Amino acid sequence: MTSETAAPLAVEALVRGHRLRLVEIAPWLIGGLAYFLFPDYLALGAQILIGIIFSLSLDLILGYAGIVTLGQAAFFGAGAYTAGLLAAHGWGEPLSALVAAGAVAAILGLISGAIILRTRGLTLLMLTLMISFMLQEAANKAGSITGGADGLQGMAVWPVLGVFHFDLYGRTAYLYCLAVLFLAWLAARRIVHSPFGRSLTGIRENEARMHAIGSPVFGRRLVIYTIAAAFAGVAGALLAQTTQFVALEVLSFERSGAGLIMLIIGGVGRLYGPFIGVPLYMIAQDRFAQADPVYWDFWIGLLLILVVVFARGGVLGLADQLRRRLRRTR
Amino acid sequence: MIERAGRGRLAGAAAAALAVALALPAAAQTVKVGVILTYSGAQASLGDQVDKGIDLYVKEHAQDLPPGVTVSLVKRDDTFNADVAKRLAQELVTREHVNILAGVIGTPAANAIAPLATAAKVPFVVMNAAGVTTTRLSPYVARVSFTHWQLSLPLGRWAAQHLGKRAATAVSDFAPGYDGEGGFSKGFTDAGGTIVGAIRMPILTLDFAPFFERVKALHPDVLYVFIPAGQEATAVMKAYADVGLKAAGVKLVGPQDIVTDEELPNMGDAPEGVITTGNYSPAARRPQNLAFLAAWHRAYGDKAVANFMSVAGWDGMAAIYSVIKETGGKFDGDRAMAILRGWTDKDSPRGPIMIDPETRDIVQNVYIRRTERLDGHLANVEFETIEQVKDPWKELNPPK
Repeated sequence: MTSETAAPLAVEALVRGHRLRLVEIAPWLIGGLAYFLFPDYLALGAQILIGIIFSLSLDLILGYAGIVTLGQAAFFGAGAYTAGLLAAHGWGEPLSALVAAGAVAAILGLISGAIILRTRGLTLLMLTLMISFMLQEAANKAGSITGGADGLQGMAVWPVLGVFHFDLYGRTAYLYCLAVLFLAWLAARRIVHSPFGRSLTGIRENEARMHAIGSPVFGRRLVIYTIAAAFAGVAGALLAQTTQFVALEVLSFERSGAGLIMLIIGGVGRLYGPFIGVPLYMIAQDRFAQADPVYWDFWIGLLLILVVVFARGGVLGLADQLRRRLRRTR
Repeated sequence: MIERAGRGRLAGAAAAALAVALALPAAAQTVKVGVILTYSGAQASLGDQVDKGIDLYVKEHAQDLPPGVTVSLVKRDDTFNADVAKRLAQELVTREHVNILAGVIGTPAANAIAPLATAAKVPFVVMNAAGVTTTRLSPYVARVSFTHWQLSLPLGRWAAQHLGKRAATAVSDFAPGYDGEGGFSKGFTDAGGTIVGAIRMPILTLDFAPFFERVKALHPDVLYVFIPAGQEATAVMKAYADVGLKAAGVKLVGPQDIVTDEELPNMGDAPEGVITTGNYSPAARRPQNLAFLAAWHRAYGDKAVANFMSVAGWDGMAAIYSVIKETGGKFDGDRAMAILRGWTDKDSPRGPIMIDPETRDIVQNVYIRRTERLDGHLANVEFETIEQVKDPWKELNPPK
């Protein structure tokens, strides 16, 4: 292969990512259909959509940039409390609160990232964990502001766009979350296929080499960390607005962990990993928990073990393997 | 043509099936009770205690229901998360069409559900969560458990009168801990005592020795401790003995959580002589309690220990059954709340109880108990009764 053909090939590969494939409509088709097919499940549906945004934020940093974290809930919680406190103190307009929540989480991500992203591996993992613990304890201590362990009460969220009230059946909540997820997906898609996104993958795969070719590694990591924090903040704000309640649990380690698990089930480092993993996990959890409210954890655990043993790279990884095998036999 | 005839027959059959399906519930009234508890994770044992109380009541009182009425329990696990609890409550109302919501271990979860009860006009019977504000959050909330102020304020008063005038408090660093600390301090200082130190301890610790060392340096007469019931209680007793507070004559007091009945067998000799307040002890000799315990041991075996949570589950179902009996199983939220406000039960295992018509919080006897050996086993023996205590916090903080 000569260099003349290699260059167009590389360009072609980069451009191809941007092009919308037909199959990429599927999530939105399913998301829209679900609204009509499962009117009784919209509350769960909204929480799944929120979970996807949160998991997407993890995918951006872990899957694409290789930043391991156990503290993403810090940003989720920061967003949730921002939206919650705004609504509890007289500003219940949801869209502006969403923007504010994203901004607060992003600032938090920028500041904490500037400090902790200088480390790698286990140290980084511990630091992310510590930041979420610190925030949770701060929220617990500041009981007069956050409601502490009792949770934040008295949120009054105004109708979306002044028209759509949040209703008991979760119709507005579902469509609102779906719309926000769509925007988040557009942004994430744009990011991962951009030269910036490619350089992140480069950093993940071979950091020393990226340094050698003059890529600003620290800056790039910090930027994606901040963007992902904003994503998580928006997800947190959505949860606060749709449930009209914020508990300390939004900052918990369990939330970070569950987000990670759902991402792993779907497929890390793939744009659609969260779209598969989150619904799979949350629907399975809902079904198991209804069938057996006491021992459902066991079945979830079993599902996880099966995924890790037989489907490395998650469900999407498995699908790729199958496709490759089919092609070979053909 | 043939096809059309077939379709017509099918439609007829479907209509008949539908008619049967519609006719059935008219003959047999089913009351659906949505039960939200923590069935998994670290707090699962608490959910289990309430759940056993609920099931036992249902089992023992099947014959009390009006003819044709059945009760169906729809149980959900909130994993001790408030947002999960809220979603489950929402689904129970919109998907399962439950007539009553019940249960809930954690206060955050109960508080999250309260506004939903208002929106859906579904009565919500709180069976454990004890945060003081919960019943204020919705007119559809009624509580059958207790509040921390209700137990700790009378204890503070009693301790200042009988045990000494200098007290230190050591509580878990979260809202129920602050409630306990606030209630005890108020009662103790009102009765002429002084608080010489207020210590807060991390929620999840099992090592209380460093905190109790600080208490020792303060030389109080009385040490008030609040921690969540469970293995923490055993760790507290261990530290109380190990640090030498017991030997130094510092009297340990607290709400029933620190001598929770199912943990007593693990505690050694340390809790002997500890004074606590509680709304229920299985050691009580009331005939209603003996009958309750007989049924309990028949259902769950001799080794199973009933505690205040089991009784709250039992009493919560008693309240719900009262609503069902009075209405023949047909009621809306307002009708149910009208019955629950001012509902009384003289025959609760914990003694006479009432749901306060104004605050919808529980009014009950608070017992002062001493932990003693009875037939070789540790037990919380009630020796003084403070009759019909209302939640004092609500009296001190009237609604704005």
